[in-house]
Amino acid sequence: MLMRRVGLAAAAALLSLGLGVAEARTVRWAAAGDPNTMDPHSQNVGTVTMVLQQVYDALIARNPDLSLRPGLATAWTQVAPDRWRFTLRPGVRFHEGEAFTADDVVFSITRALQPTSNYGIFVDTVDRAEKVDELTVDIVTRTPDPILPNKFASVFMMSKSWAERHNATRPQNTRAREEMHTVRNANGTGAFRLALREPDVRTVLRRNEAWYGWQEASPLPAGNVTEIVFRPIASDPTRVAALLSNEIDFVLDPPLQDLNRLRAAGNIRVLEGPEVRTLFLAFDTHRDELLYSDLRGRNPFRDVRVRQALYHAIDIQAIHRTTMRGQSIVTGTLFPEQVNGFVREEDVRLPYDPARARALLAEAGLPNGFGVTLDCSNNRYVNDEQICQAIAAMWTRIGVRTQLKAQPLGPFFAQIQRDDTSVYMLGWGVPTLDALYSFQSLLATRNGAQGDGIWNYGRYSNPAMDALIQRMKVETGAQRAETIREALRLYREDVPHIPLHHQMIPWAMRSNVTIPHAANNQPYFRWMVVN
Amino acid sequence: MFAFIVSRILQALPVMLAVALISFAMFAYVGDPVAIMLGQDFTEAQRQALIRDLGLDQPFFVQFGKFVLNAAQGEFGLSYRLSRPVLDLIIERAPATLELALTAAALALLIGVPMGVYTGLYRNSWLSRVFLTFSLVGVSLPTFLIGILLILTFSVWLGWLPSFGRGETVKIGGWSTGYLTWGGIKALILPSITLGLFQLTLIMRLVRAEMLEVLRTDYIKFARARGLTNRAVHFGHALKNTLVPVITITGLQLGAIIAFAIVTETVFQWPGMGLLFIQSVGAADIPVMAAYLMLIAALFVTINLIVDLLYYAVDPRLRIGGGKGGH
Repeated sequence: MLMRRVGLAAAAALLSLGLGVAEARTVRWAAAGDPNTMDPHSQNVGTVTMVLQQVYDALIARNPDLSLRPGLATAWTQVAPDRWRFTLRPGVRFHEGEAFTADDVVFSITRALQPTSNYGIFVDTVDRAEKVDELTVDIVTRTPDPILPNKFASVFMMSKSWAERHNATRPQNTRAREEMHTVRNANGTGAFRLALREPDVRTVLRRNEAWYGWQEASPLPAGNVTEIVFRPIASDPTRVAALLSNEIDFVLDPPLQDLNRLRAAGNIRVLEGPEVRTLFLAFDTHRDELLYSDLRGRNPFRDVRVRQALYHAIDIQAIHRTTMRGQSIVTGTLFPEQVNGFVREEDVRLPYDPARARALLAEAGLPNGFGVTLDCSNNRYVNDEQICQAIAAMWTRIGVRTQLKAQPLGPFFAQIQRDDTSVYMLGWGVPTLDALYSFQSLLATRNGAQGDGIWNYGRYSNPAMDALIQRMKVETGAQRAETIREALRLYREDVPHIPLHHQMIPWAMRSNVTIPHAANNQPYFRWMVVN
Repeated sequence: MFAFIVSRILQALPVMLAVALISFAMFAYVGDPVAIMLGQDFTEAQRQALIRDLGLDQPFFVQFGKFVLNAAQGEFGLSYRLSRPVLDLIIERAPATLELALTAAALALLIGVPMGVYTGLYRNSWLSRVFLTFSLVGVSLPTFLIGILLILTFSVWLGWLPSFGRGETVKIGGWSTGYLTWGGIKALILPSITLGLFQLTLIMRLVRAEMLEVLRTDYIKFARARGLTNRAVHFGHALKNTLVPVITITGLQLGAIIAFAIVTETVFQWPGMGLLFIQSVGAADIPVMAAYLMLIAALFVTINLIVDLLYYAVDPRLRIGGGKGGH
């Protein structure tokens, strides 16, 4: 009797602490794509990280508004220009029981630096990681790196001893004949642990009750999900049907054409928010003659007036209204406001003005316009082909006879990556959430250095822009902010691209489910509440 | 008989080689696996290293020769997309496709043949007209549309059947089956109807046409004159003689069902080989595509062989013509 009373009292105490025996709450989640691997450093794509970041933690975590918060590190400071010091969280254990220490951090950073890693961009300036003591690590960079914490929010920490035990000290090598242990197994420190992995069928995650984050102060109350069942459903109508028929609770990528239908269904909520992804058109400004044009002997895109003319010809509001059904954020700049360096005054478009466009073409000596082929993907971005159709029609109206070549992403990227294009549309996401990433990849002159101009397939090259980009890499504080602002101004004046819009990403869920929308299109299940 | 089988297998070899060559030549157009694998951030050196790793810098016929040599030893390499051995992937997915195809084929036969017989015997009854109208729908509607309509009706409106996946499966050895659980059987219904509907209507129309043909022949008239029961005439004499073309078509269609389950599997997110193939096309995953196409080619060759052997069993004239003597 006494025992029972003590038991009851203990239970009551536990309940009052909010640690009561949790009711099992399963959330069934679907998206079009399945993660290709469970390896934390092998493939840096959204479909992989959307699952992995529930299982693996990085040194630094993110809030729903993508600002930084402590993760496996509780503090970080730049102790010298080329040295960041991270203080690690004590008492953390991996899902399989290993204690988390500085050795694991050094190991994970080193692993992300391997040639077979796909996370090189996040450690691009890192020379090495040094253990100071069990719970302190120094990251030594080759050049001063002001945005290292931003990038380290994407570098997952794995257990050194676990990786060594399973012969997985490097990310999967394509030359290998054997499957690596990390392809279907995971051992992180995160809020959920991997319970079952059947590629292309289902992935089951279970709540890690010992996770430090459940008790931490955060902008939102901790979630109550105990089990996540992820099922990929590639076909759009089937994914919607599964949500409508209550077989799925949460869909990460509902198709645009079904949003109204979903909103009309009483028990479904559509959550809309911006994505950090900007669509733009880029020109071949390098060749003396375009590859795909009827104009011989000159490259019209080298003339800024022609680029401006094509900019003036685009009725972006019509695209926003009709093609995107309101699901886009029209822009005149390179990246959205979530990205460090964004300046609202520089987010201004050249107005829609066909008369001015024709006048500019005439001024440039092309009163009769010219013909050109526009390269587009047709399954990579929201409504990509339709956007390009609209633009081709608008350009043709001012005399630039535009032929559209829309292809699936495989052949499309293969083609533009050979610089085999005259003008193309691209959508650019910013995983580091810093301006440098966009400027460096898209606008720097390609010079063989890591990252510089690797996605600059029009080979735009402007010494003034290059100088600003090199400064962005090393400067800090207000000085750096001013450099970025200057680069954004140059972007507006020189029109290397025609920016179009930031993509919106709607999420759909049953109305008993709440989760904060995140602009990196990553669901944070730690904050999901199921009623 | 043995010589016949051996000669057919020898004939199959050039067919397989031709399929391998054609599919290999087509891979040049599905996109660049290197670009897809590298993702958004890479250096030129990394790109070159990956191209070398994958052997894509070698001349076409060297790549092809290596592929054939490895394939002959059952070695298809690692999937670019999933970093797992291709053979494992295909073996893992095969049960889903085979169960779906078998269920669809069984549905087509068990419903199609009786319907064909009925419409052949009672040409003018209203039920025959209903069957024939229905068969037009089955022949003319594309598979993906049938699938979506079924999902809309039975999953979204009525909520009776699942809209995707295999439901619960049970593992027996290496084979995962959906036949042993109620959830697994429920999950099979819509996809197998979608996949089998075309075959069902095809078989029904074929049996009907053959029945009409056979019922006009003299030996049927003679059988009736002998005073045999309707049952014996219709099933013992008429139906049996319609079976040769039905077996041919069913056999070849079974191959088609497996090969073209791609669409049905995509609509229902059925985790079989067809879905694997479609996802591999999207990722330019050449090892998986090559292995799948070879497998399908082998499948058709095998089915053709079996169909030829079945003729022997059904049609005594072939046995006589084969030099084995009569009875």
